[in-house]
Amino acid sequence: MKKKIVIIGAGLAGLSAALQTSENGNKVVLVSAYPSERAQSVMAEGGINAALNTKGEDDSPEQHYADTIHAACGLADENAVWNLTHAAPELVRWLHRIGVQFNTSGIDEPDLRNFGGQKKKRTAFAQSDTGKQIMTALIDAAREQEENGAVKRLSHHDFVTLLMEDAACCGCVVRDRYSGERLTLSADAVIIATGGMHGLFGDTTGSLFNTGTVTAELFRLGVPMANLEMIQYHPTTVPIGGKRMLISEAARGEGGRLFAMRDGKPWYFMEEKYPELGNLMPRDITAREIWTVRQQSEVFLDMTGLAPDVYEKKLSGLAEDCRVYLGEDIRKEPISVSPGIHYFMGGIRVDAQHRTGVQNLYAAGECCALYHGANRLGGNSLLGALYGGRVAAQTACAEAESASKRAVSIQPSNAVLPCEPQDKAELNRILLHALGVVRSGDTMQDALTQIAGMHGSLPLLGQAVLKSALARNESRGAHWRSDYPQRNDAEFHKTTAAYYDGQTVHISWDAVPERR
Amino acid sequence: MAYQIRIKRQSAPDTKSYWQEFSYDGSADASVAAVLNELNGRMPLTDAFGNPAKPISWECGCMVRKCGACAMRINGVPRLACSVFLNTLKGTTVTLEPLSKFPLVKDLVVDRSILFENMKKIELWLKSDAYLAEYTHEARYQSARCLMCGCCLEVCPNFSAEGSFAGAIAPVNVYRILNEEQDHSHREELSAKYKAAFFDGCGKSLSCQDICPAHIPVEELTVRSNAAAIWRR
Repeated sequence: MKKKIVIIGAGLAGLSAALQTSENGNKVVLVSAYPSERAQSVMAEGGINAALNTKGEDDSPEQHYADTIHAACGLADENAVWNLTHAAPELVRWLHRIGVQFNTSGIDEPDLRNFGGQKKKRTAFAQSDTGKQIMTALIDAAREQEENGAVKRLSHHDFVTLLMEDAACCGCVVRDRYSGERLTLSADAVIIATGGMHGLFGDTTGSLFNTGTVTAELFRLGVPMANLEMIQYHPTTVPIGGKRMLISEAARGEGGRLFAMRDGKPWYFMEEKYPELGNLMPRDITAREIWTVRQQSEVFLDMTGLAPDVYEKKLSGLAEDCRVYLGEDIRKEPISVSPGIHYFMGGIRVDAQHRTGVQNLYAAGECCALYHGANRLGGNSLLGALYGGRVAAQTACAEAESASKRAVSIQPSNAVLPCEPQDKAELNRILLHALGVVRSGDTMQDALTQIAGMHGSLPLLGQAVLKSALARNESRGAHWRSDYPQRNDAEFHKTTAAYYDGQTVHISWDAVPERR
Repeated sequence: MAYQIRIKRQSAPDTKSYWQEFSYDGSADASVAAVLNELNGRMPLTDAFGNPAKPISWECGCMVRKCGACAMRINGVPRLACSVFLNTLKGTTVTLEPLSKFPLVKDLVVDRSILFENMKKIELWLKSDAYLAEYTHEARYQSARCLMCGCCLEVCPNFSAEGSFAGAIAPVNVYRILNEEQDHSHREELSAKYKAAFFDGCGKSLSCQDICPAHIPVEELTVRSNAAAIWRR
C-alpha cells in the first residue's frame, strides 16, 4: 500500500524529498506557506560542492569529506558527511541532466570555482544565482509529479502543529493563509524542511519568510534540538532596508580581496595572516577577522581586479545587485562589508538517516543539525538540502508507519501564538546583540533575563539558543566566547542538546557519533 | 524626506476596498518594501491623520528581487516593491495597489495560483535528460530566471485569471524545455499546448516588453519559443 508522506516546506530540501518519495512510489502532500519560487533556496548564490575532479587537481570525495569535517570543528556527524560528500558528484551530474543551467567548461562538464575552506576547485555554479537555477529545474521535475497525482501541493498553507498518538507523529494540522481554514492531515510520516531560524534575529541575509516558527513549535512540543548556538555569520554582507544583502563568497572565489586602510595604505589582512587560503579561509575565521579589524576601521571588499568576462559570465547578478541596492559600481570601487547572520548549523536534531527524536518525524535542509557541525563550508548548504531531502524521504518511505490507521480525531487546542507582535522587534534586538560574532557570558545571561517574560514558542526557542551558547564554555567554530577564547575538546567535543519538557528548557551533552 | 504612502486596502475578498494614507519620513533611497516593513513595525500603526490602522498585509521574502513575492502596482505600474526606490519616483505621493488581474486575498496580497496551474497545463517539464547545447545556454539560463511574480501578466491586455491564455510567462519558461527536450512526442505535445495556451491568444501588443523586474529578455524568448514550437526551427 502506498504511504502518505506530508512534507512541510517546498524549498530545495522539501522538493528533493518530494521527488524521492514519488520515485519510491509513495504519495506526497507538499505543504508550504508560499510557492517554491519564493523559497529561500532561490537566494543561494555561489554554488554547490562536489568533488567532480575535472580540473586536473586530483580532487576526491575523501578530500571534500576532510575539508567539511575540518571546517565543522569536530561537531559534524562523520558518517553523514562521508555519505554526503560521496553522493555529491552523482547528485550534481543528475542536476545537470535534469536541466540546471550550470556554467560549463569543456564540452559538457559543469565548471568549478574556488570556494572558502577548500583548496581544490570543487564548487559547481550557475553564474551567481545557483540556488535559483537549481530550484527552477526541481520545480519543473516536481510539476510532472503534481500532474500525475503523486505530489499534491498545498501552497499558501502554514504548519500549525503536529498530530501525535502516544509518542509517534501521525500527521499535522495546517492552516490556509488565504481562508484561515484549518486542515488536519493524517500521514505515515512528516518531513520538516522549513529552513533556518532567521525570524529569531530579523536582520539576516535570509528570507523574511523563514520565520523559525515551525522549529519553535516543534521545540515547544518536545522535539529535541542540537547545536543551536552554532550560527554562521557570513563574512561579507551589507545592510539594506532592515535586513542584510549577501555579497557572495564567489566574489572572493573569483579573486575579490578583503582589506582595511592602515597608515594610508590598503592592508590585506587575510592574505597576510593566512598565506595559503587568504581571502578564502572558512567563514567562521574570516568573519571573526573582519569583526576584529572592524573594531578599528572599516573593511572593504575589492572586486575591481576581476576581469570583465568574469563579471559577465560568472557573476552577472552581483554587479547589478550592488548597483541597484548600494548605488555602487563594484567594478570600479571597493565596497564596505561586515559580517551578518547567514545560516544556522544547529536546529532540529537528526541522526544520519534524518530521523528526529520523534517516531515518524524527519527533518532535512537548514532546519536540521547534521552535516555542518560548528561551521559550514560555502557550497555545502545546497548540497546538504538536496541530499538530506532524499535521505529523509528514503528513510521515511522505508520505515515510517503511522502509529495507528484509525481516523485521527485529535483537536489541537493549545496552539500558541509564536510571539506577541509587540515583543518581536525586541526579541530580535536582544538576540542579535547577545549572539554576535563574539559573545560573552554576561551579555547572554542579561539577554536570557530580558526575554524570560516573553510569551510564545519563538522566545522559548530564543531561550534555548541562549542557554546552549551559555553552556558551551569554550570557543569553537562559529561560537566564539570572549570569556572562554580556547577550544576545549576535553569537555566540549560534544553535541549540545536542547529539550523542553513543558516547564523548563534543558541543555545536555551527547557524544558526537563515531565514524563507523 | 516626507512622503505620503496611499494604500488601497481591502480586508477580505467580499468586502469593499478603501484608501488609507500613511506618512513616511525617512531616507529617500529606501525601497517601497523597506517603507512597508517600517510601517508594519510601528506599534501602534496609525494613518496619516492619527487614526488607528491594522497592519498592512503584503508578501515580502528576499528583499533583493530573487523571490518575486512583493509584486504590486506602484504608482499604477506593476513592479517589485523591493527594487523600487522612493527617490526614483515622481513626486512625494506613492500609490500602492494590489495586482488587479488576480483574485484579491487581502490588502496587497493576491492569489497567483492560476499562474502555476497554467504551467502545469502546458506540461512544463522534461521527459528526457536535458540536451544542453552550448549556443543556447544564455537563453536557457534567462528562461530559468523567471520569478513567477506576475508583472508581465498584469500589463497584458489578453490575460485574465479566468481565461485560458497563459501570457508571457509561457514563452519565457517553455523555451528551455523546448530546447532541451529529447522526447519527441512530449516535445510535440508541449508545442501544441503552447500554441493553444499562448500563441493563438497573444495579440502581439508587446506590452510585456521592459516590464520584467528581473530584466529577462521576454521578447527574445517569445521569438525563440514561437520559432521552436510553431515554425519548427
